[in-house]
Order: sequence, then C-alpha cells, then structure tokens
Amino acid sequence: MTNSASVRTHTTGPRGSAARAKTAAQTGAEPATAQAAAAAPTAQAPPPAAKPRLGRFVIPLAVFAAIAIVLGIGILNSRSVGVIQSPLIGKRAPAWSLPLLDQSGRTFGSKDLAGKWYVLNFWGSWCFACKDEHQELLTLSRSTSVPIIGVDWRDEDADARNFLAALGNPYATVATDHDGRVVVDWGVYGAPESFLVNPQGVVVFKQIGPITPEIWNKEFASRLPAALADHKS
Amino acid sequence: MRPELGHFALILAMLLAGLQAFFGIAGPALNRDRWVSATMSAVAGQLVMVATAFGCLIMSFVDFDFSVRYVAENSNSALPLFYRIAALWGAHEGSLLLWILLLAGWTAVVALATQRLPRRFVARVLGVLGFLSFGFLLFTLVTSNPFLRLEPPAPDGVDLNPLLQDPGLAFHPPVLYTGYVGLAVAFSFACAAMLEGKTDSSWARWARPWATAAWAFLTWGITAGSWWSYYTLGWGGYWAWDPVENASFMPWLIGTALIHSLAVTDKRGLFKSWTLLLSLLGFSLSLIGTFLVRSGVTVSVHSFAADPTRGTAILIFLVIAIGAALALYAWRAPTLRSNAGFELTARESFLLFNNILLVIAAATVFGGTLAPLIAEALGQGALSVGPPYFNPTFLLPILPLLALLSIGIHAGWKRGHLGDHTRAILVTLGIAVALALAVILGVYGGRHFLTVVGLSLGGWIILSSLIDPIDRLRRHLSFPRSILGMSLAHIGLGIAVIAISILEPFTVERDIALGSGESAQVGNYDFKLIGTRQVEGPNYTAIRAEVLVSRHGRTVTTLFPEDREYWVRREAESKAGMKNEYGTDLKVALGDDLGAGRWSMRVQVRPMITLLWLGPVLMALGGFCALTDRRYRVARAAESVPIGASAPPGAAKEHAA
Repeated sequence: MTNSASVRTHTTGPRGSAARAKTAAQTGAEPATAQAAAAAPTAQAPPPAAKPRLGRFVIPLAVFAAIAIVLGIGILNSRSVGVIQSPLIGKRAPAWSLPLLDQSGRTFGSKDLAGKWYVLNFWGSWCFACKDEHQELLTLSRSTSVPIIGVDWRDEDADARNFLAALGNPYATVATDHDGRVVVDWGVYGAPESFLVNPQGVVVFKQIGPITPEIWNKEFASRLPAALADHKS
Repeated sequence: MRPELGHFALILAMLLAGLQAFFGIAGPALNRDRWVSATMSAVAGQLVMVATAFGCLIMSFVDFDFSVRYVAENSNSALPLFYRIAALWGAHEGSLLLWILLLAGWTAVVALATQRLPRRFVARVLGVLGFLSFGFLLFTLVTSNPFLRLEPPAPDGVDLNPLLQDPGLAFHPPVLYTGYVGLAVAFSFACAAMLEGKTDSSWARWARPWATAAWAFLTWGITAGSWWSYYTLGWGGYWAWDPVENASFMPWLIGTALIHSLAVTDKRGLFKSWTLLLSLLGFSLSLIGTFLVRSGVTVSVHSFAADPTRGTAILIFLVIAIGAALALYAWRAPTLRSNAGFELTARESFLLFNNILLVIAAATVFGGTLAPLIAEALGQGALSVGPPYFNPTFLLPILPLLALLSIGIHAGWKRGHLGDHTRAILVTLGIAVALALAVILGVYGGRHFLTVVGLSLGGWIILSSLIDPIDRLRRHLSFPRSILGMSLAHIGLGIAVIAISILEPFTVERDIALGSGESAQVGNYDFKLIGTRQVEGPNYTAIRAEVLVSRHGRTVTTLFPEDREYWVRREAESKAGMKNEYGTDLKVALGDDLGAGRWSMRVQVRPMITLLWLGPVLMALGGFCALTDRRYRVARAAESVPIGASAPPGAAKEHAA
C-alpha cells in the first residue's frame, strides 16, 4: 500500500512542476512585455492606435480561479479526513491492560472484553469536549446495552473520580492510562475519541471528538446488532 | 454581562463596516456627497466598537472569567497576567479579533492621514477597507465567536498551550498581523484607483508610504516569528518552509516587489498595470495565507484547530474579495498607458528584473506550498514538499537578484550611465570576493562553493549600498531619509545573506548522552554535564541540568536546560539552555532521562546567527526610516493635486505600540 502510494506520488512531480512553470510564465507575462518596451528605448510605449487588449489582463483572474478550485477541493478533502480513518479500522484492536480507577488495584483490558461488542472512550477530567459529551454518554448508558469502557488518560485519579461523582458515571468500567501508553497504541491524539470494537476484537469505527445523538445513530447504532443498539428496557 | 457587551459591540462593528463599505463605494459612484462624509463617521464608529469588543475579551481574561469558553480554553488561574493578555490571540477566535482590530486601526489611520487627498478617492479606499472588515467580522460572528459562554462555567481554565507561554507570543502575532493587514491598504488604494478609472499614477504616489509601512511590519513580524521559533519553541531551525511560514513569506516577496515597482510608477509613470496587480496580489496572498492557517487544509505546526466550516467561509470570502478585485483589474488595466521609455541599463530595467525575479521566487514558494493540495485534488495521494524542493528552486531566482542589485543600485533613472560606475562596481566586487575567500579559508576552512558565492554577494551588496551615502556625505549633498532607508534595507539584506551563507554549512547539531561529570565535544566546544536537580515554576515543575561549556580549556559559559512539566495541561516541554558568544549560539536541550543520572541531550552550535536577526531588523528599520522622509512630513503644494503627507511620521509605529 505504501509502495503504490509512493509510486502514485511520484507521477505528480512532473505535472506539479509543469503547472508551476505555467503559473510563473503567466504571472511573468506582464513584465515580459514591459521589458520588450524597454528594449526599444525611444518607443513611446504602445502605439496609440493599438486597441487595448483585454486578454492578458484576464490571466490573473483565471489563475486565481484555478487556485480557488484547488483550495475548494482541499476543503472537501479535509472534511473527509475527519471521517477517514484510523488505520486501525478493520484490524484487530491493540491488546491492552490497565489499572482500574476504583483503587481496587485490579487491572482490566482487552481479555476481559473478548467476545463482546464495546465502545472504548478515551477521556480526561481536563478535557472540555469530554464534559460536552458526558451527558450523551449518560443517556446512552441508560438506553443501550453496549458497555462503554472509559480510559481516563493523563489525569489525576482524584480529579477523575470527582468528575464522575459530580456529573455521573456512564461507564461500565473505567481504566486509567497515566503515562499514555495505551493511548499511543490506539493512535489517540486528543480527547474525547471513541472506538467501536466488535466481538472478534476488530475495530469497526473511530469517532474523533464528542459523540452526539446523530453520530451515535448514524455511525455506532447502524453498525451494532439491533438488539444491542436499542434500549434495554 | 461583559461578554454579551463585547458580542453586541462586534455585531454593531459589523453593521458599521457594512455601512462604511456601502457609503464609501456607492457615495462617489452616485455623486452623493453626504454619503462620502458618512464613510468617515462609519470608520470612527467601527474602530470604537471593535476596540470595545477587544477590551471586553481582554478584561474577561484578566478577571479569570472562565464562564467564557474561549477564556476557559486558553488560560488558567495560575497563568500570569502578561500571558493572560497575550493569550487573547493564542488561538483562532481571539487572533481573528486581533486581526480585525488592526484592520480597523489601519483604516482609522488612513482616514486621518489622507485629508489632503481627494475626498472621493479616500472614501473609495475606506469603502474597500470597510468591505474587507465586514467580511472578517461576519466570519468571526458566524463561525468563530470568542464570546460564547460555558454552561455551567468551568471551575478553572485548561491553560494556555505551553508552547505559547513565551514573550514571543506577545509580539510576533500583533506585528505580523500589522504587516498582513497593512497590505490591505495598498490593496484598497489600487481598488479605489480602478473604481475611479484613474489612468494617471497619482494613486501610486499616495499608496507608496502605506506599502512601505506594511512591508516593514511584515519584515519585522516574520523575523520575530523566526526568532521565536528558533529560540523558544525549539523547532530546531530558523526557517522550515512550513506552509504557514510560506504563507507569510509570499506576501513579503510580493510586497518587496511592490515597493520597488511603486517607486517606478511614482517617479516615472511606468509599470502602471503591473504595480496595480502587485498591490492586489500582496493582500490576496495574505488572505490565502489566512485560509491555509485556519482551514486545516495543510498540515503545519502553526495550524489552528482544523475546522472545514471555517475553511469554507474563508474560501467564499476570499473568492468574493480577490475575485472582484481581479475582475476589476481585467476591466480597468487595459486602459492604462505608459508613456515613457528607458534604456536597458537604466534603473527602471533593474527594478523590472527585481520584480520578475521576486515574483518568480514567490511563485516557486506558492507552487511548493500548494503542490500537496494539487496532488490531492488530482487524486494522486499524499505528497510532501520540503527544503529539498524549496532551497534550490528559491535560490535560482534569488542569486541573480542579489547580483543585479549590486549593479543596479548605481544606475540612474531613464538613462543608466552605468559606464561612469564601472570602477566602483568592479572594485566592490573584487573586495567582496577577496573577503569571502579569506573568511572561508582563514576562519572556517573547507571548500564551500555556494558559501563563497553567498558571502561575496552579501559583501558586494553591503559595499555597493555604502557608496552612494558616502559620496553624498563627502560632497555635502542632500541625504534624504528615503535614500538612507533604502541603503539601510539593502545593507540589512546583505547581512542576512552573509548570515545564511555561514549558518547553512557550518551549523553543528548533535545528540549526545552524558552522565554527571562527563563531557563531549561538539564543533569547537566542550559540553560537560555537572548535574541535574528538580525546580518549581509558577505553573510547572522541571528538571534543570547544569552544563558547563568550554573552548580550548577556557570556560565559556554555563547553560541550564530544563525539562518542564506543566501541571495544568499535563504537557511536557523542553526549555533549552542557550548562550550567544560573539554571534554564535550555543544551545543545549534536555532529552530523555536514561537512568543512573544519565541524560540524552541535543547540542547545537550555530555560528553567526545573530547576523540573521540583525539583517532583517535593519531592513525593517530602513522601511520605517524611508517613511519619515521629508516628502511625507512636509505638505508640498504640487501641480494639480496636493501630494505627500500621506503618512505622518510614526503614525504607523504609534499604531503598533
């Protein structure tokens, strides 16, 4: 995959530089003509009879239009980047094992979750967006049967416990990742981020940023067996 | 209440900017004199409203108002006052507000300083500025409102990004933005001239000091940014061809071309349509730069939080503003005529080459910056463009530019009379090459062809720039500030070229591992680790190492690099220990604890880096110096239109303070 990507990248080289050369030539067009005037020192500039040519003065506008299109496509692509995708999608989730937040001294990890659907939610008491998301997680914890496993990272245990005590605890289990090792394995670079993992231990979906009801229905519930996605009661 | 007041003031500012745009553009077009007058009132009102909003946000930061989301996200109760204020422009929303404040400020200065110019022309300039202001205010209010509340309020803030907790944050963005926004003034003058359908070159005379001021601020701002990234952010180098650095560099290159081309249009009435185009391009590139930084389409160390909605909004604004200006250009430029000729060796042709080469340089940077986007747009996958592309392609147009500068500086207007200066040109070149060879062979050793070329060109520029001032002083001729400014700027350029020529080949950077008492040699220096200990800062704890630096057995200095952990954000940051010895930087950054008292560290020795900052500072000073020229201080009663007095001395500087 890397190989083919680099080959494809290679083909852009000449094209890209051709486009650049063209732009340079076009922007250079105006002074080039002025230079021609310079070569004929005594010429009183263009002969008065010459009609003003619109042509070359439209060039900057045309070049800009092309640039704007490229920028626009850039925007479209960057929008999809948010949705695509962690390289983990479709692969086995990294094995992990972490101490629990409840001070029991026990650890918890992928082994305990084998054969189950679960949502792994990376959060921290320091994270604002997590606070936004928290309400939705509480609602979900009441309405669905999928366990939401919290990984509290780069946090003080006391802060995290206060956070859950004050706002409620939506998590089936909360593990702590103080030094961020599991976070690195999962390719998490912010909070909140959530992964949907299937019973085979394969990552099915990754959400960057808070889960909202729309995102839950569209991305999570649609991938879950109906019995799990619907409310328990 | 205060955030709501700020929010409301921002809405009023937007309405006033809209009125300013409408009255300023429609008034002169429809011959409504009262509309023209109303433009000025709108300018004043808009500035007051924007300043009110800005003040409200500052006070929210000062008073730890963590009910304001933006404040909670970018400060903390332990953050010192200085950084709480600077934190205002530490993220997207606030920096946009700063941009808007500076635009309103420039607009007000333009309104005050152009009272001698035709009123309708000024109204058009203000109208165009009002339109730009309106666009930015609308954008801020719709996508990036800094006054949004948190419900419930946060008990404490998450703190300012530790990378930004540096005095550099207080100065770099405001100065850089002053330059960026200043280009909007030249843009507006050009648009106003085109709206008016003026075919003479008076607009160029009026726009010239504004372009110079914007250019000087841009020079200063980019240098400050480079200095900051090098000294405190520890990004390694002083320039990385990062998309956002490029975004500031392209307007600078075009701005440099513009101030030279304006000189020709002003003095000789030539290059009219070309100068118009450059005026438009300068600010257009600063808009595109804004887009690149804030839309998330490029990956960069500078990027604000990526948000495609914002990107789309800026893109729409960009297309309207730049598209309209370029369409106006396509319509008006064909009517422009130049009616003067000049010889091939005249100053005009040298400035023409200057323009062509600078625009080519800007185009290569632009191409390299956009290449990844273009590749992606064509579905060609990810493409990364870095120094291996930029360094050589940038040098191609720049080396001839530097050489032509040293010759062209002697050329007179219209007829070159270069023959009279042949001796001066050859003698300065000879001295410069001799000095370059002496420095390379005598001080640094080794064969470095490009370094010799660079040093020769730099030296040649400095010597050539000194000839005219010395001649004027010796013969007691007039020595206007504009000439002094030009010489300063060119000397600054020469110094920067010399600095880069030495820095590039002779910088030493090495990763070493030391235990207490051990030492290692890097370059000509010995670095010895004395020991490490724990220290406490206001909002962080750190490991501080003591490193003794010596050369040939003589102690040079002791450095104290730190490995800091900011406890609010739980982010670690390495604060390098640094000392400048005779222009050479010695720098140690602490890496990882290898256990048993051993630490990995990165040691850098960068010769002559001080000159790299000195050069651009002189260039910016040259720009400011030219602004204080007599022709701008003294109102001159000239032919048909009163000219000059466009920028009172220091007006722009006061504005920055």
